[in-house]
Amino acid sequence: MSGRLLEVDELTVHHGQLCAVDHVSFAVDPGEVYAIIGANGAGKSTLLRAIVGVHPVTSGRIVLAGEDVTGIPARGRLSRGLALVPEGRRLFPSLSVEENLKVGTVRARPGPFDIARVYELFPWMLERRRQRAARLSGGEQQAVAIGRALVANPSVLLLDELSLGLAPVVVQRIYAILPELLASGVTVLLVEQDVSQALRVANRVHCLLEGRTTLEGSPAGLRRADIEAAYFGLRSSGGAGVPA
Amino acid sequence: MTWLNAILQGLLLGGFYALFACGLSLLFGVMGIINLAHGDFAVIAGYVAVVLVPSTGLPMVLGFLVVVPIFALGGYILQRTLFQSALRRGDPMTILLVTFGLSVITENALLQAFSANGQSLNIGSLIADSINPNRVVSISDISLVVLGVAVVLLAGLQLLLSRTSIGRMIRAVADDREAAELVGIDHRHVFGIAAAIALATVALAGLASGMITEFAPSSGTANLLFAFEAVVIGGIGSLWGTLAGGMVLGVAQQIGAQINPSYQILAGHVVFLAVLAVRSRGLFAVREAA
Repeated sequence: MSGRLLEVDELTVHHGQLCAVDHVSFAVDPGEVYAIIGANGAGKSTLLRAIVGVHPVTSGRIVLAGEDVTGIPARGRLSRGLALVPEGRRLFPSLSVEENLKVGTVRARPGPFDIARVYELFPWMLERRRQRAARLSGGEQQAVAIGRALVANPSVLLLDELSLGLAPVVVQRIYAILPELLASGVTVLLVEQDVSQALRVANRVHCLLEGRTTLEGSPAGLRRADIEAAYFGLRSSGGAGVPA
Repeated sequence: MTWLNAILQGLLLGGFYALFACGLSLLFGVMGIINLAHGDFAVIAGYVAVVLVPSTGLPMVLGFLVVVPIFALGGYILQRTLFQSALRRGDPMTILLVTFGLSVITENALLQAFSANGQSLNIGSLIADSINPNRVVSISDISLVVLGVAVVLLAGLQLLLSRTSIGRMIRAVADDREAAELVGIDHRHVFGIAAAIALATVALAGLASGMITEFAPSSGTANLLFAFEAVVIGGIGSLWGTLAGGMVLGVAQQIGAQINPSYQILAGHVVFLAVLAVRSRGLFAVREAA
């Protein structure tokens, strides 16, 4: 029990009739970057949404710092330290950059992050803080979305598909702030379709295929072929290759 | 000079329509609720004033001190119970039918309780006071007060939405309900507050209508129609657009009446249809949350 910051225990989540997450278990330690990888429709986003409480759980438990939060609504989980940067950014388009950040402080816990700190992290935001969020580029919106989650001072920051729809150079720039977040004591649970990106930043990866765990381990200890097999659902035995 | 007077009366009437319409606009803008009982709520406010205010010893002009808090509280409760459970079903038709049902029930309950006779709120000699710069133009004090109240109210709402924390939350929820949930906003509470504001404004409108003219259990529907027209002419989501829309409607009606008294309502509808045909998003649509 001790040492585990976030534990997901036999979690099952349905998306309508479909079983999107099927008895998935894992645990995230403080200070690490834990990555969930998997193809489109593997249940990654649904898993994150269930963890923060905006998608109902069918069965299983979510435990944060020893406390079972499965029955607590989203805002209660946020004030206990779980913040999600959702897929597709989901900023409030008619609010300005600064207003988006201010709204993020509604349930803020005490901690190192406030709006001024976000402006330090992303200096361009300061002079464009009065601009409406709808006018920003995709990468800028992603940065504001991260800032909006950070000002709540989460203990675990959940990042859903940061790279989606962004140019590789922009993705690099956004991932470049990860070390600074970790240094401030934030633990990161991220979902990524881009496997090589996930392998670069994560301490541990967890692969989902059609809602089930197919692989878990540290990037250094995993062979490329095993990851591919787990990702695409191929039998990894005997190197029966993917038709290239 | 008679035309100038018609335009002036139209502008004053526009203030009254805007007072009526801003709550309608707010409910639609924030929650997507088209409140068909909006006009009836105004009528209820009139009857609440008739019943309650005399017993408080306040003059009728100050009736809002009694009625507005009751309506704000009622709006919050209505939203958290009936409207919220209708919204949860996810079908926009449900909430439309619920407000339609409320409208029918209200009208009939008021008919039972107060008969079909018109009533007005007795504000004594104030109703007769007016400014008469010449023999034709006559601006009634109470109409001017209503216009002033509408302007102050719209400015206040604008400030509330743009400057305060609750205003930011209202706009955030209107933008993206789930994202608001993700930053820890309880959208049901925010909806309740928006409904409280909307009902407080409609209570003011109901009292104004009782002071300027008279009301009867069935007068809610006509008022609802004018409020809708004001919102659509002005452009949905724009508070000042609602005032301008109300004024366009009011001036059209007064000019119509000047041509021929039977054209009053018709002229308003014609202008409304013309705006819909030419600029369906409204004259002053900005497509920003107020």
